[in-house]
Order: sequence, then structure tokens, then C-alpha cells
Amino acid sequence: MTKTRSNPKVMAVASGGGHWVQLMRISPAFAGARLVYVTVEPSYRDQVGDARFRLVCDATRWNKFRLILLLCQITFVILHERPDVIVSTGAAPGYLAIRIGKLFGARTMWIDSIANVECLSLSGERIRAHADVCLTQWDHLARAGGPSFEGAVL
Amino acid sequence: MIFVTVGHQMPFDRLISAVDAWAGERGRDDVFAQIGETELRPRHIRWAAKIDPAEFRERVEAAETIVSHAGMGTILTALELGRPILVMPRRESLSETRNDHQVATAVRFRELGRVSVAMDASEIPGLLDRLGSIPAGDRISTEASPRLINAVRGFIFEDRRPI
Repeated sequence: MTKTRSNPKVMAVASGGGHWVQLMRISPAFAGARLVYVTVEPSYRDQVGDARFRLVCDATRWNKFRLILLLCQITFVILHERPDVIVSTGAAPGYLAIRIGKLFGARTMWIDSIANVECLSLSGERIRAHADVCLTQWDHLARAGGPSFEGAVL
Repeated sequence: MIFVTVGHQMPFDRLISAVDAWAGERGRDDVFAQIGETELRPRHIRWAAKIDPAEFRERVEAAETIVSHAGMGTILTALELGRPILVMPRRESLSETRNDHQVATAVRFRELGRVSVAMDASEIPGLLDRLGSIPAGDRISTEASPRLINAVRGFIFEDRRPI
């Protein structure tokens, strides 16, 4: 345990667009950790410096076939990278990474998008029972037992 | 130059049509739009279906104003680069998105004074005519709030969890 906390391997997962932009804004939190990013857009590689970078397919809950493919890809990446900690700003790739990562002993954190002002995203609601920490970026959405509020990307 | 963008997931023809019509009426030839995968073909503005993230950021930085859907990626990029932004939320009822979270996002960010909002297409010409009145704030930092960064860091390195 001490080893993983002093030199943790962090897997940071986000789908494209706003999810990725928010992950990048949080990325100073990863400084000093061994780091691998998992996302859906190849051109994001230019933004991650020396960190490892893995691509998975872009899938949402409305396409079951692609979701199954995504599940296989995420499982493969986790088996290969063996992260100690998984942090995700959503959406489906992060959800699956947290579910699978937990099976392999990773500590997991979900950060719901700042776009979800009125209620937690559906993925966020579903991941609450599984992630070790589930954060919302709006104070009024925080609840006892989760999600918690610990600031925002803005 | 006005940069219009609909994001990377779905087209947003209602927005593009409104801006295209306005540009035609005003004789504007300095509008560029990223329109997504759509069969709509604008008549008065230059366009591309998709642009890469580097070009996207360059166009935001160079633009007088951004006009877009109420997507967080675009809003955050515009704020990071200190550009004024006018958004129109996508509507689930019009099959433009899967839920109405963009409406709440737009309203909340307007309340925070960060974006201008057209709640529907009829408001767009008037708001575009008054582009100079859309405020541009200072560039926001490119980092999340210290509180959030500390919370994530604390979890990673010390297994610190919210109470």
C-alpha cells in the first residue's frame, strides 16, 4: 500500500470534447505520478507530454455493440497498464474503467462533468455505488453518501 | 472573424441555418463554421464538417466571437482564451441531443456572467447584430480550482476521501 501511494500509477480516462477538456484542467493533480491517459481521439496525444496515451473506441450507452467493444478494449488496457488509481471525468470509457479497475484492486474516482448542473449524469448515478469517490462540481448536488463537492474545473 | 462550432458528436442545423441566414442578410463574409456530419449546406458562410483540436483552438483564439452549442468543451476553451461566446442550447425535443442538460448549463453560465445565450434561433440575429456587446472576460486559468486539484491529489497520493 505504501508503495502504491508514494509512487502510484494513475490511469486518467475521458471521452472527447468537454470530458477531455475538464480532464486536462484537472491534470496538474497527476504531477509526480506514473501516468497513462485513456481517451477516444488520437489528436489529443499532443496535449499529454510524456505521459502514456492509449486509445479506445468512442461509445455511448445507445450503441450496445460498440459498448461491448469498448469494454474489451478497456479491460485489455487495464490488464496491460495495471493502474493503482483510476480517475475519470466520464463518460462511458470512464464508467467501464472504474468498474473493471475495481475488480483488479484499483482505487477509483469519478468527477461528474460541470455541464451537469441540475443533477448527476446517468453514468455518475450508476457509478456512485462502485467508485471510491464520486464528485459533483456543483455544491447543491452534494449529498451525504455521495456525490461529494470538492470544487470545480472553473 | 466569427467562429461557429457545433461540437464533435452531432450536427446542429438549427444553429447553422440561423447564422447562415444572418450572414447572408448582413453581407458578412468573415464567418467560418464547423458544422458536423450533416447534409445541410450553408450558402453564405465557409464551413467544414470537422476540424482537429489544434485548429479548433487556433480558430477560437483568432475569433472576434464564438457562436456554438452549449457544450462544455467549447465554453471552457473560449473562457481559457478570453473570447466572447454566444451559445444556443441543444433541445432533446428536437432530437438535437439526448437530454436537456445544455439548457441548464446555458442558464447557469449566463447567470455567472460567462456566456451570452440565445434560448432559440429567433434570438440569434439580434444578438449577432450586437456582437460588440457580448462581454469578453479575462482569460481564465487553464487549471481547475485549487480545491479540486488538491482533492484529486489527496486521493491519489494519500487515499484522502471526502467525509
